[in-house]
Amino acid sequence: MNTKLLKLLSKDSRTSVADMATMLGTSEEAVAREIAEMERSGVIRGYKAVIDWDRLDEAYVSAIIELKVTPKPGLGFEDVAAKVMKYPEVESVYLMSGVYDLNVVVKGRTFQEVAKFVAKELSTIESVNSTATHFVLRRYKELDVELLGEGADERGSYLL
Amino acid sequence: MDYEKILSPVVQEVPPSGIRKYFDIAETMQGVISLGVGEPDFPTPWEIRKAGILSLEAGKTRYTANRGLEQLRCEIAAYMSRKYDMTYDPATEVLVTVGGSEAIDMSLRALLCPGDEVIIPQPSYVCYEPLVRMIGGTPVILETTAENDFKVTPGQLLPLISPRTKALILPYPCNPTGAIMEREDLEALADVLRGTNILVISDEIYSELTFGGKSHVSIGAIDGMKERCVIVNGLSKTYSMTGWRMGYACGPAPVMKQITKIHQYAIMCAPTTAQYAAIEALRHGDDAIRTMREEYDMRRRLMVSGFNKLGLTCREPKGAFYAFPCIASTGLSSDEFCERLLYSEKVAVVPGTAFGKSGEGFVRASYCYSPEHIREALTRIGRFLQTCGG
Repeated sequence: MNTKLLKLLSKDSRTSVADMATMLGTSEEAVAREIAEMERSGVIRGYKAVIDWDRLDEAYVSAIIELKVTPKPGLGFEDVAAKVMKYPEVESVYLMSGVYDLNVVVKGRTFQEVAKFVAKELSTIESVNSTATHFVLRRYKELDVELLGEGADERGSYLL
Repeated sequence: MDYEKILSPVVQEVPPSGIRKYFDIAETMQGVISLGVGEPDFPTPWEIRKAGILSLEAGKTRYTANRGLEQLRCEIAAYMSRKYDMTYDPATEVLVTVGGSEAIDMSLRALLCPGDEVIIPQPSYVCYEPLVRMIGGTPVILETTAENDFKVTPGQLLPLISPRTKALILPYPCNPTGAIMEREDLEALADVLRGTNILVISDEIYSELTFGGKSHVSIGAIDGMKERCVIVNGLSKTYSMTGWRMGYACGPAPVMKQITKIHQYAIMCAPTTAQYAAIEALRHGDDAIRTMREEYDMRRRLMVSGFNKLGLTCREPKGAFYAFPCIASTGLSSDEFCERLLYSEKVAVVPGTAFGKSGEGFVRASYCYSPEHIREALTRIGRFLQTCGG
């Protein structure tokens, strides 16, 4: 049941326990128990809304920062990753294969604010050799949700 | 010009589909939420679309053989053997058609002389009766009932057989009832049919959509039945390929020879691009089917449980993608129910009577929609029921 339950939650984490139980053909108790267990064990780390910030007047920008890092003996990239992820400006941190090492998603109110954060904080961390900043210009899809257009149902009802 | 005089009276007398009526109204209204469509909401899996695109890029834009591409017929034969344990010769026993609908029409045309009878179980898909009439045949309706889970039983079939009976349509898994025929049900029918000269046209377009661990069984796989059956299937529902118009028929060589002749004169061949896409679907599409079926299964449970909680008795549909709840408790006819529900709560469902008189007391609701959509529709239906006092 776990994988199916997680798929349901990842599509819409606000689906009621009763509906999930119905859809999976099991009891509400079983679903509640599974979810509690997965929250406890850390499989489920949280529940968040998918927000289209561009629809608000609120100033919001985000950027993807590529970091090249010199790994430390014995610690590898863990040490610098741990430092980077502590900043509240940082939304996600990934270790990458390929030409750079850490992919850091940073959010802020303005381009200047993000640029300043990269220059003053990220690039000054010891063992960070270089940074490359890519600002997001437009968000088309976020966490599986298409942000543009309404996706009208084009199906007709012909003869069927 | 006196059109009525030159147009065939037989064709003019065939009524238009009962499904359209409400959708014509619904289209003029704002904020309508529909449970009406009979096609998947998933797009065709990308690999299948890509195969179509690649064939276009490679310039595969000409007619194919009348029967369809040999490769595709081989894939169809392999599929029939892999899934339903039936062996067909791709050279003489398989025809690629423009959707399952064409296969049904061609099979009937190959069989019927004016006045010949075709037994049609109802409630069922809307095309059988008009097609039989337009060829000059006589439809003989077999009314299935909720008590029998909308299956065809030997007891119902026997008395309808006459010396003029040419064919039996077997539409399972069934649109709109969601009924399936299991092996023992089919064996019981086979016992009746083996002693006759009746051909079964088995419309198995929903064969991949069965739920609750019951896999589809084809009547052609029952002992002694293959020679008496034309199996109609297609890729529309299974692979979310409704717009590609890809169907096929498999049957005994002497029957297929005549069907293919009609197809050759009327159609030439099924669309070439769609045939290339279909090869990919049949070769590599099994995973895509499984994913979609699991999704349908969850929606099915959500919808059926929803109707039952609202007090509209809804038997568990074991196939296709429709729920067929009974609305008799409201005191309304199917038609009234649909019309009032549409005007008061803006939910479009299809009256059971669109699928035959025996659909009275039921409505068809498709669960080819997202769970949020289904929940919203059920909430509105709940509000509507309170105003019915039923």
